[in-house]
Amino acid sequence: MDQKEYFSKDSFQPITVLSNKEEEIQRPQRTYLSDVIRRFKKNKLAMFGIVVIVLLAILSIFGPKISGYDYFTNDLSNNNKPPSGEHWFGTDSLGRDIFSRTWYGARISLFIGIAAALIDLVIGVIWGATAGYFGGRVDEYMMRIADILYGIPYLLVVILLMIVLPQGLLTMIIAMSLTGWINMARIVRGQVLQIKLSEFVLAARTLGSNNIKIMIRHLIPNTMGPILVTLTLTIPTAIFTEAFLSYLGLGVPAPLASWGTMSSEGLPSLVYYPWILFFPAFFICLVMMAFNVVGDGLSDALDPKEKR
Amino acid sequence: MKNIKKVVFQGLIVFVLIVVLSACSDESKNSNSGGDEGDGQVLNMPLGSEPAELHPGQISENLSVDVLTQVFEGLTRINQDGEPEEAIASEIDISDDKLVYTFTIREDANWSNGDPVTAEDFEYAWKHVLDPDNAHTPKVDRLYPVKNAFEAKAGEVSIDEVGVVAEDENTLVVELESPVEYFLQLTANPVLFPIHKGISEENPDWFLDAGEDYVSNGPFTLSEWDHQSKIELEKNDEYWDSDTVQLDKVNFFIVEDNNTAFNMYQSGDLDYVGDPTGTLPLEAVSSLDSEGTLNSDEKAGIYYYLLNVDKEPLNNKNIRKALALAVNREEITTSIIKGGETPALSLVAPAVWSENEEGYFKDGDIDAAKEYLEKGIEELGYSDVSELPSMAIQYNTSESHATVAQAIQDMWKNNLGIDVELENMEFAVHIDAMDEGDFQIGRFGQSAEVADPLFILEAYRQNSGYNFTNWSNEEFISLLDEAKFSIDSDERYEILREAEEIIMDEMPVLPIYVYKTVYTHKDYVENIDITDLGFVQLKWANVSDK
Amino acid sequence: MIRFLLKRFGYMLLSFIIIISLTFFLMKLAPGGPFTSEENLPKEIEEKLNETYGLNDPWYKQYANYLGSIAKWDLGDSFKSRGQSINDIINRSFPISLILGFEAILIALSLGVLLGVIGALRHNKAPDYVAMSVAIFGISVPSFILATVLQYVFALKLGWFPVARFESFTHTILPALALSFMPMAFIARLMRTSMLEVMNQDYVKMAKAKGMQSKVVVFRHLLRNAIMPVVSFLGPLVVQILTGSFIIENIFGIPGLGFEYLTSITNRDYTAIMGITAFFSILLLVSILLVDLLYGFIDPRIKVGKKEAH
Repeated sequence: MDQKEYFSKDSFQPITVLSNKEEEIQRPQRTYLSDVIRRFKKNKLAMFGIVVIVLLAILSIFGPKISGYDYFTNDLSNNNKPPSGEHWFGTDSLGRDIFSRTWYGARISLFIGIAAALIDLVIGVIWGATAGYFGGRVDEYMMRIADILYGIPYLLVVILLMIVLPQGLLTMIIAMSLTGWINMARIVRGQVLQIKLSEFVLAARTLGSNNIKIMIRHLIPNTMGPILVTLTLTIPTAIFTEAFLSYLGLGVPAPLASWGTMSSEGLPSLVYYPWILFFPAFFICLVMMAFNVVGDGLSDALDPKEKR
Repeated sequence: MKNIKKVVFQGLIVFVLIVVLSACSDESKNSNSGGDEGDGQVLNMPLGSEPAELHPGQISENLSVDVLTQVFEGLTRINQDGEPEEAIASEIDISDDKLVYTFTIREDANWSNGDPVTAEDFEYAWKHVLDPDNAHTPKVDRLYPVKNAFEAKAGEVSIDEVGVVAEDENTLVVELESPVEYFLQLTANPVLFPIHKGISEENPDWFLDAGEDYVSNGPFTLSEWDHQSKIELEKNDEYWDSDTVQLDKVNFFIVEDNNTAFNMYQSGDLDYVGDPTGTLPLEAVSSLDSEGTLNSDEKAGIYYYLLNVDKEPLNNKNIRKALALAVNREEITTSIIKGGETPALSLVAPAVWSENEEGYFKDGDIDAAKEYLEKGIEELGYSDVSELPSMAIQYNTSESHATVAQAIQDMWKNNLGIDVELENMEFAVHIDAMDEGDFQIGRFGQSAEVADPLFILEAYRQNSGYNFTNWSNEEFISLLDEAKFSIDSDERYEILREAEEIIMDEMPVLPIYVYKTVYTHKDYVENIDITDLGFVQLKWANVSDK
Repeated sequence: MIRFLLKRFGYMLLSFIIIISLTFFLMKLAPGGPFTSEENLPKEIEEKLNETYGLNDPWYKQYANYLGSIAKWDLGDSFKSRGQSINDIINRSFPISLILGFEAILIALSLGVLLGVIGALRHNKAPDYVAMSVAIFGISVPSFILATVLQYVFALKLGWFPVARFESFTHTILPALALSFMPMAFIARLMRTSMLEVMNQDYVKMAKAKGMQSKVVVFRHLLRNAIMPVVSFLGPLVVQILTGSFIIENIFGIPGLGFEYLTSITNRDYTAIMGITAFFSILLLVSILLVDLLYGFIDPRIKVGKKEAH
């Protein structure tokens, strides 16, 4: 009580605040980005991954032209032929050129893989970070919605989507995005729950950063590792979910090819005509290898604590 | 607080351990199943899925038939030559007008519990199926040739007026609605099998599981039914002809995946693999064929596309014919299906009418197809193929349906310049869409359950059963009616030929290939009989050299 | 804690009811029904069956019936397999999936964490590359290809294991392996990345600087803090693996719950769909709760359900 007497209102004078950014203390952003690029370029393996991805992308555009076959013309008298000078990757059960089909398939599979990954990334990260950061009722509502989506039988949802929406790529991406982001959201939320208690987050908050800024500048960069790993898992999952959805009739209509459908079609002939499965499966592995080393390189490069 | 967490956590671990341990002990109970030694002759077969039910009168799908035919026996049985012969009936007397059948029940026919099989058991079983309150009778129409059967099921007449009477313990008199020539084939069908009256009345759920109440009268008894896993049959010593039966035990292992079943066969877990209790993987067929171990038996069934005649341009007969003629079936059967199937050029399979190997049109007759196409385009008022409304082939998810559809798509494109789309659907969605008439070209297949042309053609009388085309033709219907009451075989044949000619000329159905029963078995397996209808009979089988 | 749990149970119950209800409506909207078959039923028979099974009742009545039967956990009889109750089907098939799943999780978790730790400790050296190549292979080869190859090589060609069916422990090895590969690979990748991250944290550097032995550092600090993302991922994964995978069970001819779940949908076996979904979602919701509780174990600072003052 007595203390109040010592400090009356007159004891203080307002100072003029130039802008409300005055009190923030932040590392300039440019150095971080250029750091990232510098560190990434030093990583030979990651650069190799980039080269592979670019190469595959180029082949998926020009590949079919090289072989001179299209993806749909049947040649039943020449079916199930092993790789040869005529058909570099052999032919499938309808006598179609697997080389051409592989590159047509690459277009669909790469597109779907990357599109699904991006959608999962955006929704999953925002959802998970928001739930984890705000906690309490927000967390409860958001995560229970995720549980509900996860709990409904997916096959039923797909069957209904198939009836409501036209067959095609867009429908398929919608079907994948319905539940695809949930794993990402869970992992991000778990990380945020932990990181938001870190000293640097407390510091940022005390220093006046607002919630959105804390999320973008501090929480998400510090969860980048798990995010990238989850992201690289999303791609093959999407490629094979596409095969499953096509199998149910939701995907690209036959005779259009994708790596997923080509490998599930090739699987039963594994013992007799292994090349039908081998080529699409090999390229899926190759692409995954590339994406993973790029992801690793990125997460090394993005890690704000890594100074090498 | 920490303690609570600890307790919860430890409790969870204990719970998981208990569950796992209890499940492990469960498993040891079954682990000696399939033991072959000391059991005598044991045959191991695959079964493509868990049968929905093992009640002869209430069957809803074919796999049940493959089990029930071993366990029960009707008045007749299809013999190894494919003809119905006396089984539980020792004598069959047919009236001159072919309307009254008098069956004498074998004196030595017994149920597996020792009770005699009586005419009353038959009457009871049939009336049980025809009881209007009994909903579980999807195949009740097998009984409709019996007088008043249809009316009784519909509740229009009393069940007592149905034309089946047990005159005494050993005499069953059946009166028919019309002189159906195939009635003795029907009496070999599970729907017309007897059931034990006493037990069924006492325990209506007797058929739900193997056990004391599961009493049967066939070559084998149902000794164990381990759901989703295994069905075990044992030789029935009470069977009247048990001296003929050589197998002591049959294990049906429930394996849904074709490749898995084939791998099990290769590793020796199964003695037999393929139709009808499972399917050989498409890829294995040609390699078995080149090894010379593939069996490909005739079967009265056809794989076809239904054309919805209400949808333009399929409403035009010439367009339909153009599509049919532009398919090169020979290429499909030799390069894709490869199980010895033959091009289908008719609706009634050659197994029933051998002259149908020739069929009603030429396979892959591209020139004629083009002519029909031009005529059709003109009739519809278009000037070019490209103006035709778009069409789609709809099929349910399956590797072989997809491959065949893609081949046909390519043939129509090359031969006629018609671009069709392909729509792959989940099975129930596909059937539902067909039922609603919401399709243009729909994949379908039919294996006749009775090897008779009338039975097969009846499906196209109206929109039902195997026919979703919306096609109907009065002349066709009146020919069917005429055939139904014909008692002269030759006359009946002529009438039915004429009817088939009409439908093949109108082409609401586009036949593709004739099914075969494709299977293989180990060398030591002998005398497994596959009927023309594609059902397996193990009565005569043996594995004595195993 | 108690209050949090009570509140959480409330939310879980609500989520459960929503899952069940949505499933009911989706199921009813899906084309086809339990009596859809290739040979169309005579109309009068179909009508009679619908009546017997109460399918002609108005939807709210059917809906109420399902809710009631789930509340009593008396899930009714299957439409497809005559006379088999859904309770029996779950009781018979869940233990089978549980054993497989348990083995698979054991393999995935132990090998996954091990590979991840090796990768992180020997970052960008040969052991890291080997571990990560295995992991990437595991991620990019889907279980249906892996299962087929395992079955062909180890059962058919080498004869080390039985081809299919579920009869003894040796029967479980191949399917458990096939089931574990993807999660194993993913756990390895996650573990490695988050270990690397934790290794750069100040307190770890501090511990090392203070002279704490490497092994102790790994176990006391690194593992505990790095396992967070694995735990987040594990909750729903465990449920999914324990309740079985249709693909694996189908390929190895195993009558597990995953198989029953998928076939119930393709058969439109309404009671089975509702019952198994209910069972699955209870497990799911509980496991997610356990994950949240587990967070508190791993990092006592985390208090899920408490709203922080901002």
